[in-house]
Amino acid sequence: MLSIKGLHAKVDDRPILRGLDLEVGPGEVHAIMGPNGSGKSTLANVIAGRDGYEVTGGSVRFFGRSLLSLTPEERAREGVFLAFQYPVEIPGVSNVAMLKEAVNALRKHRGEPGLDAMDFLKLARERLKLVEMKEEFLYRSVNEGFSGGEKKRNEIFQLAMLEPRLAILDETDSGLDIDALKVVAGGVNAMRGSARSIVLVTHYQRLLEHIVPDWVHVLADGRIVRSGDKELAVELEQQGYGWVNSGADQAVEVG
Amino acid sequence: MGPVATDIGELVGRDYREGFVTDIESETLPPGLDEEVIRFLSAKKHEPKFILEWRFEAYRRWCEMKPPQWAHLHHLPIDFQAISYYSAPRSNKDGPKSLDEVDPKLLETYDKLGIPLEEQKALAGVAVDAVFDSVSVATTFKDKLAEVGVIFCPLSEALANHPDLVRQYLGSVVPAADNFYAALNSAVFTEGSFVYVPKGVRCPMELSTYFRINALNTGQFERTLIIADEGSYVSYLEGCTAPMRDENQLHAAVVELVAMKDAQIKYSTVQNWYPGDEQGRGGIYNFVTKRGACRGANAKISWTQVETGSAITWKYPSVLLEGDASVGEFYSVALTNNCQQADTGTKMVHIGRDTSSTIISKGISAGRGQNTYRGLVKVLQGADNARNYSQCDSLLMGDRCGAHTFPYLEVKNPTATIEHEAATSKIGEDQLFYCRQRGLSEEDAVTMIVNGFCKEVFRELPMEFAVEAQKLLGISLEGAVG
Repeated sequence: MLSIKGLHAKVDDRPILRGLDLEVGPGEVHAIMGPNGSGKSTLANVIAGRDGYEVTGGSVRFFGRSLLSLTPEERAREGVFLAFQYPVEIPGVSNVAMLKEAVNALRKHRGEPGLDAMDFLKLARERLKLVEMKEEFLYRSVNEGFSGGEKKRNEIFQLAMLEPRLAILDETDSGLDIDALKVVAGGVNAMRGSARSIVLVTHYQRLLEHIVPDWVHVLADGRIVRSGDKELAVELEQQGYGWVNSGADQAVEVG
Repeated sequence: MGPVATDIGELVGRDYREGFVTDIESETLPPGLDEEVIRFLSAKKHEPKFILEWRFEAYRRWCEMKPPQWAHLHHLPIDFQAISYYSAPRSNKDGPKSLDEVDPKLLETYDKLGIPLEEQKALAGVAVDAVFDSVSVATTFKDKLAEVGVIFCPLSEALANHPDLVRQYLGSVVPAADNFYAALNSAVFTEGSFVYVPKGVRCPMELSTYFRINALNTGQFERTLIIADEGSYVSYLEGCTAPMRDENQLHAAVVELVAMKDAQIKYSTVQNWYPGDEQGRGGIYNFVTKRGACRGANAKISWTQVETGSAITWKYPSVLLEGDASVGEFYSVALTNNCQQADTGTKMVHIGRDTSSTIISKGISAGRGQNTYRGLVKVLQGADNARNYSQCDSLLMGDRCGAHTFPYLEVKNPTATIEHEAATSKIGEDQLFYCRQRGLSEEDAVTMIVNGFCKEVFRELPMEFAVEAQKLLGISLEGAVG
């Protein structure tokens, strides 16, 4: 479904990704772990098509189609969703207004009629429950004045509304206390399904206690240096990332 | 913001859609201004003598004045002798008795602008006093308004039918020689609207005038006078479009509002005159004097404006808060794109006790546009417990435009409470990417973000104007849900 081969990418002329390979199958949950600066967020942003991330080699295919030539909105409409590490504030634009436009842009792309106000509201109320938010949450300006936890919940709420085929969660656990982490994880788990793949980008193992991945990959120096099942995450938590940096060259891929 | 700037430049660089010239024979004076021209104008309208003398006085004062230089605006000097001061659609010479008698081409013009009078009559209960160049071509709903005693007619008609009312109030808020452009207007005004709402009457409909400049090289000098007598209420809508052309056109209107005790006037404007092309050729020069006076206790005057057009906008809708506990409001969205320049804001003059004023200004600059907020809050000695809240926000798109804020404050009473907030922001790449990642096109993302920025002003607009404003900024309405 998502197939990344030999991906090289630069940011500000600095090579960050250096020959990254990753295969994500339908319905699978993959965790990408690694030390700071290893290229985790770069990978997330390259897949979503953010400006300033220059792909210098390799390919990213999504259901057989190259993503790299598509604009960010085209990728989104194909079903690629990025939960932002730092969700952006848009003053004066209500959550509900932005989401309705987004949902209907995606529906239009799929050749479906737009949802009217009532149907949209019904769906939104239902999905709000997944992240344990009240309805007034819909009418607040997008992320404006939200607490860190509310911003992350809002990302997962958007995920639930947009029903992507691939959801990339960029450090969604950062800045969350344990209660908020459980709520966010609960929302993500509710959205797991055979038609939806999830890529969790995270520094810490604790998110993976709540969203159990099928695969764990260790990213170092812009490449995947080790892959394994959820036990790998536990191992990383115990040993830290020190061995990754020192032993990257000898690392063997087992995934 | 390099690459984003270019993209936004394309987005906001859409062609002006209202650009067409209606082919109607016009009766036009040759260019130039002297006492003979003023005499001609006055005679053309069969005006009472006192008006002619008032015009002459304004003209003499104007001859001694110089155009103001303090605004943050740059343009070549205007040759006032190269302008024709009268143009009227000839086929309308004798005045239509009903819409059926109106030149079909005029009606067609309004149709193109999306404001067919026929529909306007049926829809929304809006009475329209349409100004096509210098002569009113149609006035509707007069009977219904007359039932409650509201007078709504062209100023020329008011001069003929209600000379005493006009004489009492004309120039009482904006004196004939108030400033250079107001003096010019006082000398040569050719049309405009007159509204009188009697004591205790709530005007049963929104009053609306659409202005349209048409004939080549014809300056347009409307003069509008609105009087809300004690305890009355009126909402007035002004909207403008103009055909595309190369010559710069001068527009110098004057609007005077008088709100007596417990009266309320809500004045809303959507201004969409031709802004000139991308290189700054053509476009309307818009020098407007708008001022209201709260003459009695608890009077309220509220200005809301959405300024998207004109090459140059020079405009400061103001309120004189004379009555105790009177209220002044100014809500403004000004957008400058390409080579447009706007120097706009307000003056709130606190004279009575317990007076309060609110200023919300939203400036949007794109392309090489220059957007200036200039506002004065003045609290006189006797204005105990005056309150003002000002918020002036600027939004920049790209890196070649400019936003400037000049808040002036003169407080002569220590009990005053004044708050001022100002913020400048850019449409960030991160905001655009966030929206696009959710599936919105870049175009939709920009309009949504701009709409959010202007929200506090748009919600002050009457519904039908909010729609117009939304069209103008290419914005889809928010809050359709819930």
